Amino acid sequence: MIRTEELLLNVGPQHPSTHGVFRIIVKLDGEVITEAIPVMGYLHRGTEKLAEDLNFTQIIPYTDRMDYVSAMTNNYVLCHAVETMMGLEIPERAEFMRLIVMELQRVASHLVWWGTYLLDIGAMSPFLYAFRDREIIIDLFNELCGARLTYNYMRVGGVKWDAPEGWLDKVRDFIPYMEKKLDEYNNLVGGNEIFLARIKGIGKYDAQTAIDYGLSGANLRCTGVDWDLRKAEPYSLYNRFEFDVPLGKTGDCYDRYLIRLEELRQSLRILKQALEQMPSSGEVMGKVPRVIRPPAGEVYVRIESPRGEIGCHIVSKGKAEPYRLKFRRPSFVNLQILPKLLVGETMTNLITILGGIDIVVGEVDA
Amino acid sequence: MSENEEQNKEQNTEQNTEQNTEQNTEQNTEQNTEQNKPASSAEQAEVSISAEPSIVAETTAAPAVDPEREAKLKAAAEAREARAAAKAKAESEAAPEEPKTPSPKQPLLDETVALIRSLVSEDAVEEAYINEMNAHMPVIVVKGDCWSEVAQLMKTHPTLDCDYLRNVTGVDYETHMEAVYHLVSLQSKQDYAMKVKTDRETPSIASATPIWATANWNEREIFDLLGIDFPGHPDMRRIMMPDDWVGHPLRKDYEPLDPEV
Repeated sequence: MIRTEELLLNVGPQHPSTHGVFRIIVKLDGEVITEAIPVMGYLHRGTEKLAEDLNFTQIIPYTDRMDYVSAMTNNYVLCHAVETMMGLEIPERAEFMRLIVMELQRVASHLVWWGTYLLDIGAMSPFLYAFRDREIIIDLFNELCGARLTYNYMRVGGVKWDAPEGWLDKVRDFIPYMEKKLDEYNNLVGGNEIFLARIKGIGKYDAQTAIDYGLSGANLRCTGVDWDLRKAEPYSLYNRFEFDVPLGKTGDCYDRYLIRLEELRQSLRILKQALEQMPSSGEVMGKVPRVIRPPAGEVYVRIESPRGEIGCHIVSKGKAEPYRLKFRRPSFVNLQILPKLLVGETMTNLITILGGIDIVVGEVDA
Repeated sequence: MSENEEQNKEQNTEQNTEQNTEQNTEQNTEQNTEQNKPASSAEQAEVSISAEPSIVAETTAAPAVDPEREAKLKAAAEAREARAAAKAKAESEAAPEEPKTPSPKQPLLDETVALIRSLVSEDAVEEAYINEMNAHMPVIVVKGDCWSEVAQLMKTHPTLDCDYLRNVTGVDYETHMEAVYHLVSLQSKQDYAMKVKTDRETPSIASATPIWATANWNEREIFDLLGIDFPGHPDMRRIMMPDDWVGHPLRKDYEPLDPEV
């Protein structure tokens, strides 16, 4: 008789594959996980509490620090919420600038995911390729607003700076370069048997479960549910562009991988159209009062961030500070399904599944 | 022995000096206090005028209040009431002047409310209105006792079909607490905001986790930060703050146990 006993294993908070300070306690029966208990809050900074003492312009840099891999979309959701409350008109060029930086951000964010996901699974070089190409976008952002990660670029009513001379041309040049690189990426790992064996059929769930768990982004679309807020509830200027929403069938890690790669292409497609349609000159800041004071009431707006539906719920009492500000963070909501997915999986699949969800802990903990 | 002697000596000298000085000091202090008295009371009066009305209201509860201050306070309170009444009157008069065009979502809201009333309970809906600011989102305030049934109906009824719970927010309104559930139907793309109110002393709202699994962590977060209990929740623990944290930070009356932290 072999004596077996349950093993309690602690993963994190300082584990490179958890993408931040996320901890998970797993109970193991041999190699198989019998229970997984996520522990969060190591990066909780109380953004929502801090925001209650700040005016809306001051809150924007705090949103950068939630999902620091995709700060532009976070900027946008807050500004969009305040603008919805105040009924502000945004100049067309400003809205184009926002859309361009958001789509560039989606490309940068998916590149980080692609690189780190493969690194998690054990492939070192894709990470270097991804960061090489992401660096171009980061440099573009740096030129635009002087920051590499925490941009604080958008304002209620528009954007802080217009594109500098030649900046849009650099974006235009970047698109064909990136398209070529995407083919290279696909050649690099798309046919790798080890990689495919590690992600095909792993972390599977069906559409019903995904909806029940409120998943969004690629995590929802990998099950075949056609729900991309850029199409389903168009905001900004997304209804002016042609693009496809890639859908999966099986709902496993491989589908999520394919969807994110395809989303990269679609983002480049949107960027191309946006650069064509963009007015050559114009204001980048709308007419806004000096003190931004949304009227009393409440509003919930949502947009499609690279990770899914990011929402902003503002309760205002007519003051310059929000009475209550709540962010619906896609990483936080998407992560909920993790304990369910892990039960019955082997320990080696833990990282594959966690990486496939694509979380940023700054956003999980807020 | 030598120590005792020293002590005695000290005591004697002390007594002597005390006796000598006492007489002088007494006289001095009396003079001083007489001079100081009017000054200090004037200061007090100044403080009471400049202080916040709420602080003054608290201090009046203590005994020994001079009648002048009380009279001032009373006058201030009356003035405030009068102002509030005038404002409310102006608002109520202003409202009917501009006839509002009914929202395009009004029929939908009426239908939904009728459905809830007929299938759950006549008094399940406390209030229902359109949030015009937020793209005409229908808002339904549900009675706490009926929330579980209403939530079940919202999810399963074929015409409502709100299968996707996108967000849960807890709000502390100082008069009451509230949880807002933002629902959407992925088929019809129609969204709703469902509100459930609860009192502040023992806030409690039936959990929606058995109906939408996504409510799980959202409700835990609200419990952690606002202290609302969700009976029926499978795992009601703190999620963001440490397990031994005292208080719920997003409550408006929150005082940190240790302000240094």
